[in-house]
Amino acid sequence: MAGLELLSDQGFRIDGRRPHELRKIQCRLGIFKQADGSAYIEQGNTKVLAAVYGPHEIRGSRGKALHDKVLVNCQYSMATFSTGERKRRPRGDRKSQEMTMHLKQTFDAAIQTALYPRSQIDIFVEVLQSDGGNYCASVNAATLAVIDAGIPMKDYVCACSASFVSDTPIVDISYLEESSGGPELIVATLPKSEQIVFLEQNSRLHEDNLSKVLDLAVKGTKDVHHVLDQAVREHVSQVSAFENTDQS
Amino acid sequence: MVDVQLSDAEKIYILHGIQDNCREDGRSCEDYRHLEIESNVVSNTTGSARVRLANTEILVGVKAEMGNPAPEKPDKGRLEFFVDCSANATPQFEGRGGEELATEISNLLSRSYDCPSCFDLSSLCVLPGQQCWILYIDVLLLECGGNLFDASSIAVKAALFNTRIPKVTVREDEGHTELEISDDPYDVQRLNVQSVPCIVTLSKIGHSHVVDASQREEACCLARLMIGVTEKGTITAMKKEGSGSLDPASVEDMMETGKKVGQDINISLTCVLKMEERQGVKRQTIGFLR
Repeated sequence: MAGLELLSDQGFRIDGRRPHELRKIQCRLGIFKQADGSAYIEQGNTKVLAAVYGPHEIRGSRGKALHDKVLVNCQYSMATFSTGERKRRPRGDRKSQEMTMHLKQTFDAAIQTALYPRSQIDIFVEVLQSDGGNYCASVNAATLAVIDAGIPMKDYVCACSASFVSDTPIVDISYLEESSGGPELIVATLPKSEQIVFLEQNSRLHEDNLSKVLDLAVKGTKDVHHVLDQAVREHVSQVSAFENTDQS
Repeated sequence: MVDVQLSDAEKIYILHGIQDNCREDGRSCEDYRHLEIESNVVSNTTGSARVRLANTEILVGVKAEMGNPAPEKPDKGRLEFFVDCSANATPQFEGRGGEELATEISNLLSRSYDCPSCFDLSSLCVLPGQQCWILYIDVLLLECGGNLFDASSIAVKAALFNTRIPKVTVREDEGHTELEISDDPYDVQRLNVQSVPCIVTLSKIGHSHVVDASQREEACCLARLMIGVTEKGTITAMKKEGSGSLDPASVEDMMETGKKVGQDINISLTCVLKMEERQGVKRQTIGFLR
C-alpha cells in the first residue's frame, strides 16, 4: 500500500506497538452456562468466542468412533458482520473448512485423547470481530474453553503470529499488517515443553530470517501463556471462593 | 427449538402454576425475565447490539452498503435479514443444523418490517432508481434459553437505533452524478425507529397463555402465537406455530395481551436506549467481558 509504513523510523508499528509487543489480551472463562466449557478472548480488536461440549457419546454415525481415543470435532465459524466487507456465509467455505481442520489437528495433539475412547469432544469457535490473528485467537479461546470444561490436556496450547518487515521481525500481526503482502508465520506451541503443535507460513521469507521470526513467535506464545494462565487462576479462585464460602 | 426433556409430573406442575398466575420462577403470566441490552459492541459494523434475556444471548450487527434498489420500488432502500444459529448454543446447530430455525426467525422479522408505516425505507434512498442504502441486518444466536423471537426482535431494534449511516452528498458533474460518502464519524444519518415493531411470543399452556416462555415452559406448550407489535399498538405480522390448535376466542385474548405487552416493551426499550445514548463516550463497553 503506497504511503503506509508498517514500521516507522522510530520503531513504532501502525497501532503504536513496538515490534516485540503483543496486542492487549482480555479474556473470560465460563460465560455460557449451557456449554460444558466456554471462553471469550479479545486480542486487540479480534474478538472470539469458544464453546466446548463433551466428552459425550458420538453424535451421528457410530462408524466415526475411534476405539482407543476420543474424537475431537471442531467447527470454525465467522459472524457475517465480523469482517470489514460483509461475509455472505458464516461457515462452509474453503477458508473456514481449512481452519476447522487446523484446529482439530492442534487439539488432537494437546488433549489427552486416550482417556475417553469411543467418545466425542466438540469445540465450536465463533469469530465476532476479525482484525488479524483469527487462528491464534481461536486457539487461545479454545484452550481456555477446554480448561473450563475440565478436559485434561497435556499443556496449554498458545498460538501467536509473526512477520518480517523492514529487516525487523514483528509479533502478533493485525489485519493491516497481514494484508500488506509480507510473510506471515503462525505457530501454536505447548509452552512449557516448547513443542510446536502447529506451524504455518505464508508468502516469501528468506531462510536466513526464519529462525529469528520463529524465535520471536515462540516467545510470543510464552507471553500469551502467561496471560492465559493468570486468567485461569483468577477464574478458579473466584469460582472456588463461591463454593467454599460455607466451609470456611 | 432446543429440546428439553420434561417428565409428566414437571409438566403438570408448570401447568398448575400458570393457572394460578405463578410461574416456576415466580413471574406472572405477562412478565419478562431479566433483560440486558448493550449497543455498539462490534466496531466494524454500522450499528450493533447485544441482548441477554435470562439465558438467551443474541448479537446483531447492521452493515450498510450502497446498492441498487428493487425495480418496483425505485425510491426506497432495502432491509435484508440474515439469522445464523451458532453451534455455541447447542451442538445440534453444527453445520447446517440450525438453518430451519434461522429461516423461520428471519422470515418473521422481514414480514414484521414489511409494513410501510413502521420503517421509512425512503430515508435510505440516495438516488431514486439508481443507488440506495441496503441494510444487512445479521442476527447471531449465541445461546438458547427460550423465547428467541422476542429477543431477536429487541436486539434488531436496538441495533437499528445504534446505526449511524454516513451522509452521502450527490454532485452533478457535467452530465454524470458523483456520490461522495462522508468520512467524518459525526456526519451521520440516524434511523427513525419510533414505529419499529417488536415481536411478542405468546405460548398457550393449558387454558392460559404466557409471555416470554422459558425453555421448560416451551416444552409444555402446544401452540404459540407470535405477533409483531409497534409502540402504537399496531400489529404488523402474526404467525401461529406449533402442533396444537387454537380456538378463535383464545387467539383474540392472546392478541389483546400481546398488544398490551408489546406496547410496554417498545416504550421501555426506547427509554433504555435513550438513557444509554445519554451516557455518551464515557460509557465503557463491556460486551462479553462480564
